[in-house]
Amino acid sequence: MTRRRLLLLAPLGATVLAGGAFFAMLVRMTQGKFDPRGVPSMIIDKPVPPFDLPDESGAKLTNADLATGRPVLVNFFASWCEPCVEEAPVLMQMKQRGVPIYGIAYKDKPNATLGFLRGHGNPYARIAMDEPGRVAIDWGLYGVPESYLIDGQGIVRWRYVGPLTADVATTQVAGLMRKFA
Amino acid sequence: MIPELGHFALALAVAFAFAQGIVPLWGAYRRDARLMNAAPAIAIGQLMALVVSYACLVWSALVDDFSVLNIAENSHSLKPLLYKITGTWGDHEGSTLLWCLILAGCGGAIALFGRKLPGSLRARVIGVLGATACGFELFALTASDPFTRVWPPPLDGRDMNPLLQDPGLAFHPPILYVGYVGFAVPFAFAVAALLEGRVDAAWGRWVRPWALGAWCFLTGGIALGSWWAYYELGWGGYWFWDPVENASLLPWLTGTALLHSAIVVEKREALKTWTVLLAIGTFSLSLSGTFLVRSGILNSVHSFANDPARGVFILVLLGLVIGGSLLLFAFRAPAMTGSGLFAPISREGALVLNNILLCSITAVVLTGTTYPLFADLLLNTKLSVGAPFFNATVFPLAIPVFAAMALGPMLSWKRAALWPAFRRLWWALLVALAAEMFVVLKMHALPAMAFGCAAWIICGALADVVDRARLFRVPLHDSFGRLRGMPRAAFGTTIGHAGLGVTIAGIAGMSLAVQSIVLVKPGETVHLAGYDWTLEGVRDAAGSNYSARVATIDVRRNGKLVTVLEPSLRTFPVQQMTTTEAAIETNGLRDLYAVIGGEREGSAVLRLHDNPLAPWIWFGALIMATGGMISLADRRLRIGAPARRAVPAIAARA
Repeated sequence: MTRRRLLLLAPLGATVLAGGAFFAMLVRMTQGKFDPRGVPSMIIDKPVPPFDLPDESGAKLTNADLATGRPVLVNFFASWCEPCVEEAPVLMQMKQRGVPIYGIAYKDKPNATLGFLRGHGNPYARIAMDEPGRVAIDWGLYGVPESYLIDGQGIVRWRYVGPLTADVATTQVAGLMRKFA
Repeated sequence: MIPELGHFALALAVAFAFAQGIVPLWGAYRRDARLMNAAPAIAIGQLMALVVSYACLVWSALVDDFSVLNIAENSHSLKPLLYKITGTWGDHEGSTLLWCLILAGCGGAIALFGRKLPGSLRARVIGVLGATACGFELFALTASDPFTRVWPPPLDGRDMNPLLQDPGLAFHPPILYVGYVGFAVPFAFAVAALLEGRVDAAWGRWVRPWALGAWCFLTGGIALGSWWAYYELGWGGYWFWDPVENASLLPWLTGTALLHSAIVVEKREALKTWTVLLAIGTFSLSLSGTFLVRSGILNSVHSFANDPARGVFILVLLGLVIGGSLLLFAFRAPAMTGSGLFAPISREGALVLNNILLCSITAVVLTGTTYPLFADLLLNTKLSVGAPFFNATVFPLAIPVFAAMALGPMLSWKRAALWPAFRRLWWALLVALAAEMFVVLKMHALPAMAFGCAAWIICGALADVVDRARLFRVPLHDSFGRLRGMPRAAFGTTIGHAGLGVTIAGIAGMSLAVQSIVLVKPGETVHLAGYDWTLEGVRDAAGSNYSARVATIDVRRNGKLVTVLEPSLRTFPVQQMTTTEAAIETNGLRDLYAVIGGEREGSAVLRLHDNPLAPWIWFGALIMATGGMISLADRRLRIGAPARRAVPAIAARA
């Protein structure tokens, strides 16, 4: 092969490489392993940022309570958030499947939160009331709803922005629960 | 019944496209004139089937047939008539169908206007277009069917994204798509030439008008999109280096390079392999741009609902079209050799420089757009590449393009000298330096340089005409005679280049824009950029499918009323979205631009801008497209290319 022939093959080679990469992206997107829209999180693989908040009964709920020895899901929500309504049935299904879920009510009046839970069901083991929204800043919250998976040692392992869907719950969350069990 | 008819017509189009992809190519291979001559009729048949299919979709939208899923999800009974029509291409399925329709239109155009082409070349071009169309129509029919029914039909539709309910954006997709898809014709010519095994001056002459036509539409489409972003998104900017914007810029850059390299093929029979590669590359970038956005890989502010599963289908299609043509290129191109030799300093040399620089800019933009994706895939890191990267890399490459632009048309073919060309441009250089000094005295270095470039390009373009007409050197009457005798293509070059100069001036002007975000109560006045902006009040207003809050702002200069701006915030109840409608007052030299944000305790948040020369950005693009159109009307192209000297029956080796 002459150099000219090799040179003229180069565009094809570059295209095949790029095509292969795009194919890998698409396949991983369908498996939920690749998300070009994903927002980077600073706290992945780090311990839960320390917090100390009142729970729904007025008792204390701290970051230490999340390290239970098995993975738990932490869900930021608010009564004023419409996508949270959409997410509520998915969380209820997960609760029935035995996923421990901790709620953090973001910038919400406790009465409004409790009203929301009466209306849409309460999937949470315990709920921390983050009325000033300061804890959300430590977590780097992007918006509500947003969910985090914490492993048994209290290390943040996964983050999901936006309402969880049944599909994400059965594929990604279930897989992560097994992985970190 | 009508949607089923549309679905059937689409299926018919697929059948036609399938035949179109096989019969003419087989005929050209076998040298069978009957099969080759069938090509135009099949292409017209495909076009007619798609026109019927699209008409059915428009009809379903007009009569509010919400039993069609696509209409139910994107339309609403209260939506204005115009948007019911334009909404058909506002979503994924409809825009794919429009894309196919335009591709079929390209085949039809070759069938109708390509009568002077040699039989085998025409058959192959139509065949390649048919094969490409077949793939995408199959995609439309199976994976993104716009005619899917839903049962039970909803009482009313979910309405269209309010951001898209705007006259500027309504006509943006068809114009942009004609630009994108138009490059399918140079692509088909390139593949046909590879199949034929020859590229010559006549080929260059046939390809150029199609490339030029597509380029004009793409220029217009990009400008319209940028204008829409300017007045509808209400961020005060006009270009955000967003992946979707970059996806349209990439084929524009390579398409511009193609326009220029095709001149060299036409005049000098050099750069043949390169021009063929550019033709393939431009259409490949158009395809990748339009379809990667749909797959959800590229992530953007103006994106469609996307679906990775569909993405795999698209990627396989792209692989076949792009990979297949490049494979053919790798095998057949080595046999092509250029005959025209030229010195580095010559018209050809200048055009080569243009190509190198434009392709470097393309490479930089392509890298910036796709690097975050590859980094995420391979290195698992999230990063974003934004305006600072693009500004820092594109401008240093663009400035030599601008510098060479005025000089290039002054050089002679084969061999030239720089000095005589400079001598004819001395006054352009003088104006450019004056513009630069004038701005430097008042402001910063970069805008000054850009103003200098703009003046240099505009004057340089005019200098070419002045020089050809020998203006001021022979009596005025003789000059007019010379002007009348000049080919329109030369005027096209001048106008096109000057248009770019105008756009650059606009961009430079915008970089000097002044803006301010203020919280004011009715009756309060803000001083900005030498104007007094007074908020008179905020009131409610109602539209057909939205409600609005309208602010009234009086703008005064030295106590004299200049204009009254009424920006509004529209709330669309069905989609639960709000859009901003910026109020813009322009006098051609600067825009006064106001946007209303939220309201708090009786005060309103206003964003006020003074944008110098802003309208020039889009006006310049319009001039560029006009230049292209004038060049298209050149006698040489209207009368048609001369027949090839002899048509030797070189049997195509397949």
